[in-house]
Amino acid sequence: MKKNKTGFLSIPYLIWMTAFTLIPLCVVAYYALTDPATGVFSLRNVRELSLYMPVLWRSIGYSLVSALLCLVLGYPVAYYIAHCGHTAQKFLYMLVMLPMCMSFLLRTLAWVGLLQDTGIINNILAAIGLPRLRMIRTPGAVVLGMVYNYLPYMILPLYATIVKIDGRLIEAAEDLGCNGVQVFARVVLPLSVPGILSGVTMVFVPAVSTFYISQKLGGTDTVLIGDVIERQFKQGSNPNLGAALSLLLMILVFVCTGIMNRFGGSSEEGSVMV
Amino acid sequence: MKKVIALCLAVCLALGCAACLSGCGGEKTTLYVYNWGQYIAEGDDDSLDVIAAFEEKYPDIHVEYSTFDSNEIMYSKLSNGGITVDVIFPSDYMVGRMRQEGMLMELNFDNIPNYQYIDDSFKNMAYDPENKYSVPYTWGTVGIIYNSKFVDEADVTGWELLWNEKYADKILMFDNSRDAFGIAQYLLGFDVNTTDEAQLRECAAKLMEQKPVVQQYVMDQIFDSMENEEAWIAPYYAGDYLTMVEENPDLKFYRPAHQGFNIFVDAMCIPTCCKEKEAAELFINFLCDPEISGQNMDYLGYSVPASASKAYMDPEVTEDPVAYPSADMLEKATSFNFLPEETARVMESLFMEARNS
Repeated sequence: MKKNKTGFLSIPYLIWMTAFTLIPLCVVAYYALTDPATGVFSLRNVRELSLYMPVLWRSIGYSLVSALLCLVLGYPVAYYIAHCGHTAQKFLYMLVMLPMCMSFLLRTLAWVGLLQDTGIINNILAAIGLPRLRMIRTPGAVVLGMVYNYLPYMILPLYATIVKIDGRLIEAAEDLGCNGVQVFARVVLPLSVPGILSGVTMVFVPAVSTFYISQKLGGTDTVLIGDVIERQFKQGSNPNLGAALSLLLMILVFVCTGIMNRFGGSSEEGSVMV
Repeated sequence: MKKVIALCLAVCLALGCAACLSGCGGEKTTLYVYNWGQYIAEGDDDSLDVIAAFEEKYPDIHVEYSTFDSNEIMYSKLSNGGITVDVIFPSDYMVGRMRQEGMLMELNFDNIPNYQYIDDSFKNMAYDPENKYSVPYTWGTVGIIYNSKFVDEADVTGWELLWNEKYADKILMFDNSRDAFGIAQYLLGFDVNTTDEAQLRECAAKLMEQKPVVQQYVMDQIFDSMENEEAWIAPYYAGDYLTMVEENPDLKFYRPAHQGFNIFVDAMCIPTCCKEKEAAELFINFLCDPEISGQNMDYLGYSVPASASKAYMDPEVTEDPVAYPSADMLEKATSFNFLPEETARVMESLFMEARNS
């Protein structure tokens, strides 16, 4: 009965979700399943999706690689911050957040200036007599852009999880004869799984649907699914196909989140926060 | 808690003041102008600030100016609806398409007396045969811009330069289906206004063949990339070449006359979503004023469709064969006509396939 008394508190959120998420989702589904020319029900767009499967696989591949790289880079950082003193923690936490205060578009554009053939890095290399490197317009540049932009989304949930790990558990493990590696592998790491799952989801989901990063840092063969969707709407070629692609992407994201939730479901703070 | 309330009150007060200040300007008419990027003199490099001059002459009108990258982007934004735009600048074939789809309003030429300055050769064009819906703003041609420091003159033989593997990853390509297909059509010797799907498929195959050597598919980003030599070869509009060459004198312009090239007119039109038609007509009229148009075109580098404006332009510009090619050269040029919707759709989806293959 206690729940019912506070239920009304969620009403504003429910209205918000209905107006700006649920109804638009239905509109997307409607467009995805209608013919662009006649507006009647048709599976034409769904059939055309197969044309873009290679692009979708590429997007998923790049995003997974980015999420894993973020994990490898972000875990030690989060671990370190969580074990600093209280003031240092606050300060470092702010440092991680700091890049997010500047426009994501600008930060990506800055990488173009660094990486391009006539960019800062190549000009320095040329000035000291080294050969110029081909950096921009490679898959690596796109992954770099993703890792750079989404790394804070990995560090923050990891930090939040690690900082809550009960120090007594670690002491207990040490008392029972675990060495440092064993403490980490058998106590700390399993307890940080919810954070890892959160982080991976929070990096993977925006990365898989991004379009700006690949347009600026990628070449003609690193087109991602987000680029295709953006173009279907913006260039007015076929918004219905764009809607079908968006729907496919959304289903994919839901499935991923679902799987993540299932894995993390058993532990205490199991639910993945998205 | 008190502090929080005080803070909230202060914020409300500040917002209230700001809202009042911005609303205190009297009853100004807002005119929404939607133009191509880099397509009006804005006061930099000692040029005339056209919009500021207009607002000075008509103090009750405030101009909200925004830009688009290609005809297709502008078209889709307008056809999606839900926005107010008073003046647009579509190219010839897009004027035709929007006219046929009923997206344009008839102009009241009584409010546009400066229309008299437009040269007769730019009146009653195929895209608007009775000249009811459009007033020409500029015209120009498409050619290849290349950097003479890196590109061997011997390779500059025609549109095939854009397929040359020697310059792989240094070639830019149009990011709109009509211009991109146009180039393939000139190269293959097809009619640029064909509706034949087999020919379009052949063009798409040609564009797919080009993809490995293309650095990026872009529009106005061409300015930066060509000026700082990130790319060496790009097809683009003659008027924009004149802007780029000022930044990088090694850039050259070439029109493959033997294969043909595109000549276009960009016109001013009033879409049906316009709310301030009279103000829009005042704006169009203002841009046709020979003195204003002369100074504007001087800065833009695009060619002016009103000879009267040339009196106000730098003679170096009006005698430049890039902007004003000889009659012989112009004979080789063809314009894009309005294509049936189905053809435009097929072209766009083939372009998507070629681009994303």
